[in-house]
Amino acid sequence: MLLEYFQMIDAVEALDVDQGIVSARSNVPMESTVFEGHFPGTPLVPGVLLIETMAQASGFMLLSRFNFEKMPFLANVTSAKMRSFVEPGAILNIEAELEHDGSGFSTTKARIQSDGKKICDCKLMFRIMPFPNETLRGNMLDRFSQISRS
Amino acid sequence: MATTFEVVAEIISDTSDIPLEEITPEKNAFTDLGIDSLDFLDIAFAIDKKFGIKIPLEKWTEELNENNASVDEYFVLSKLCERIDEVIAAKDA
Repeated sequence: MLLEYFQMIDAVEALDVDQGIVSARSNVPMESTVFEGHFPGTPLVPGVLLIETMAQASGFMLLSRFNFEKMPFLANVTSAKMRSFVEPGAILNIEAELEHDGSGFSTTKARIQSDGKKICDCKLMFRIMPFPNETLRGNMLDRFSQISRS
Repeated sequence: MATTFEVVAEIISDTSDIPLEEITPEKNAFTDLGIDSLDFLDIAFAIDKKFGIKIPLEKWTEELNENNASVDEYFVLSKLCERIDEVIAAKDA
């Protein structure tokens, strides 16, 4: 997990494209410039980055369903609950499942656990659009390849 | 049993915080009610769930972009409800 670079997912551990289910893992780094501000002397992963983590897990599942021909862009976050703090060194287990496969949009439900404890959960909506350019598509394919091998 | 329009009007009112009495069949969802595309995704999601269908938004958008249809044909609420009824009928056929 590289917080500064928004690389939130370390490894995809299970992916069922047909069912729309993904589970992934991330190790929170011991050090990050993010922790210098959030918060000085009490480093905690910001809630918005936990939402981003759930969005990325959902996103890789959706990308796989679309065979990397369309890109899911986060459009709506609802019912987000931050239940526990996440400190440096934590191991995160991220799960997401497809809730609805609409026309031009998809919704997922996602959650994170750490050491058997509920960390957070939310519902996410993605706008499904063509890739704005081939560079982004290539980057998504590369990143997915890296985290699928981990 | 509620009509398609009554159900859709209720969904629009709930998702977009528009008083129910302002939502009438001749209104255009975008130009008259001020709903934006993100709000409309919420509405489409609620309609899909309510009726167990998949509104073909991508196809409609494509037709609009290709100038094969006018916005009113899809998004004046009476027309929208007609199209929803068509999708429901196709599903039940």
